[in-house]
Amino acid sequence: MERYQGILAYCETANGKLSPLDTELLGTGSQLATELGQSLSALLIGTDVGAIASEPLAYGASKVYVVEGPLFKDYITEIYLVGLAKVISETSPEIVLLGQTQIGRDLAPRLAFRLKTAATLDCTALTIDPATKRMLMTKPVFGGNAMAIQMCEVSPQIVTLRSKAFSPPVKDSSRQGEIIKISVAIDPASTRTKFLERKTEAVSGIKLEEAKVIVTGGRGIGGPEGFKQLEELAQILKGAVGASRPPCDNKWVSDNLQVGLTGKIVSPKMCIAVAVSGSSQHLSGYSGAKVIVAINKDAEANIFKVAHYGVVGDWKKVLPVFLAEVKKLVS
Amino acid sequence: MINIIVCVKQTTDPEAPPCSFKIDSSANRVIFPAGIPPVISTFDEYAMEAALRIKDKVGGKITALSLGVNLLRDVVKKTLSMGADELVLLEDPAFADGDSWSTAYALSMAIKKIGDYDLILCGRQAVDWDSGQVGSGIAEILGLPSVTVARKVEIVEGKARVERVIPDGYELIEMSLPGVVTLGNEHAAPRYPNVRSIMAAKRKEPIVWKPADIGVDPAMIGSRGRRVKLTRLFQSARYTKCEMVSADTPEEAARKLVAKLRANKVI
Ligand SMILES: Cc1cc2nc3c(=O)[nH]c(=O)nc-3n(C[C@H](O)[C@H](O)[C@H](O)COP(=O)(O)OP(=O)(O)OC[C@H]3O[C@@H](n4cnc5c(N)ncnc54)[C@H](O)[C@@H]3O)c2cc1C
Ligand SMILES: Nc1ncnc2c1ncn2[C@@H]1O[C@H](COP(=O)(O)O)[C@@H](O)[C@H]1O
Repeated sequence: MERYQGILAYCETANGKLSPLDTELLGTGSQLATELGQSLSALLIGTDVGAIASEPLAYGASKVYVVEGPLFKDYITEIYLVGLAKVISETSPEIVLLGQTQIGRDLAPRLAFRLKTAATLDCTALTIDPATKRMLMTKPVFGGNAMAIQMCEVSPQIVTLRSKAFSPPVKDSSRQGEIIKISVAIDPASTRTKFLERKTEAVSGIKLEEAKVIVTGGRGIGGPEGFKQLEELAQILKGAVGASRPPCDNKWVSDNLQVGLTGKIVSPKMCIAVAVSGSSQHLSGYSGAKVIVAINKDAEANIFKVAHYGVVGDWKKVLPVFLAEVKKLVS
Repeated sequence: MINIIVCVKQTTDPEAPPCSFKIDSSANRVIFPAGIPPVISTFDEYAMEAALRIKDKVGGKITALSLGVNLLRDVVKKTLSMGADELVLLEDPAFADGDSWSTAYALSMAIKKIGDYDLILCGRQAVDWDSGQVGSGIAEILGLPSVTVARKVEIVEGKARVERVIPDGYELIEMSLPGVVTLGNEHAAPRYPNVRSIMAAKRKEPIVWKPADIGVDPAMIGSRGRRVKLTRLFQSARYTKCEMVSADTPEEAARKLVAKLRANKVI
């Protein structure tokens, strides 16, 4: 056990910068490091991540490992896995932090199985058990109906963190540290998966994950036309439209709008939930919402148990007036 | 011809009303709600659908594989009525209460015994513990490539073409076979079994394997094989006091709601 020391945070970066979730990892990592009397390192992997190699230092890392090369242009599990596993085998961290993103949730389990340890995904809280000095990892289970606290008895302990569940640290650009390049050689011919292309839908307007106001629609909206009204409301409030799963499954809106456990995690100041029942899976996505306003025709709907303001009624009657009134206020 | 193995887990019904969900926190256990039968984990039905679409197109054999205890035949046979050719159950108390690691290990050993496979499909995560690891675990144990959270899988010239979901769209990945793919609900919805296939499934018996049949190390399966221990299970009370805005008409309620939000500086 003595062999493992320190905390490693894998920062995915986005658009040539640390992502908000990356900074949340670093903040959590420094807290754990302080508590354990160990140090925090960051890892960057990509084609030209060296340019921002000093960034993690400002958020609490004392070392930054950089794995760079044309091989890392697009995310491929096998290739990134080799990079990550090499850094871990050379540095033997006790704790490895990743973000609960498409990449983090793909990498963490494979990494754990490769290193003969175990991963815990989608954690919302991490503390250190005073007796064993191991992590107590809290994660939602059963679609958010319950929380489990787990402990991994093998090292390194690998976890992914849910976005917006941990607070980011204050940036201090005066902090210094070491930047270490690690070279990873992979024969591309040996990989069995190949990236062919990426198809993205441009999001017009404000991104769901960043919006301060969100208007979400559920199955009760009944079709794509209804979502036009939600969009209008979102636009007036300078917000974005989201949806529960049924509107996505029914193709009324794009899959990218799904909010929840298996969709986007949002943390707006206000969320207006229209004709959604408030399933635990959907509400998992609202983790950071400060104020929830619900419109639903069923007074017993679960959404009213978590909402701050509610109207029982048919949205087709409530929403047009709501929209008109908000318009008056804003103009 | 493609041989596909689909891993399906029997779970509590995730769409049961939240109020029916209860736990016994002293024993760290979920109390299975009376009268709400278990189901096949949601995403595993999408994995079945992905398998069936491949079979429809290029032909092949689908083997459904499920590990657990008290596997209700009516539940797990849904794989057969959807169109699986074979159902293999790893059913024994020794397999119970595993974590992702011990489950992936036992499933991998069963897959080795099945032997002839090109593609292994799983759900992105089981809807009970939301662990999200067994697919990747099987891939790592068997030394196979994997793509997770897919919305489409096709076989083109002996390789899999997989559309992997990303936040604003998807990436197309080519994977050589054999390999593992996990499915999300972005994939086309699972089909409903028809009456004829339900009747046929009723007559077909699953193959049941015990730990000794698949040559597992007893210390590595079920609760004995866990690497992750559950220390506490609880329900967080996140209920708020909702201010209900009521009026004689819905229109009036809308007006009052906006006024209230304004007064409280929410808008
Ligand atoms: C593993 C798993 C993961 C999941 N992940 C997600 C996820 O990430 N996000 C997600 O959203 N769901 C997810 N789900 C699905 C989730 O369980 C629910 O099925 C879903 O959230 C229900 O959506 P809904 O509230 O829109 O529909 P319903 O539950 O059908 O509710 C519709 C509501 O609309 C109301 N209504 C109907 N007509 C009107 C009207 N005219 N005016 C006012 N109100 C009206 C009804 O009273 C009802 O409350 C997941 C499920 C599983 C099993
Ligand atoms: N007991 C099981 N039997 C069969 N397949 C399973 C079992 N547990 C997990 N799986 C498969 O692995 C996927 C992911 O599960 P998990 O990693 O437990 O969230 C599930 O969607 C299933 O496809």
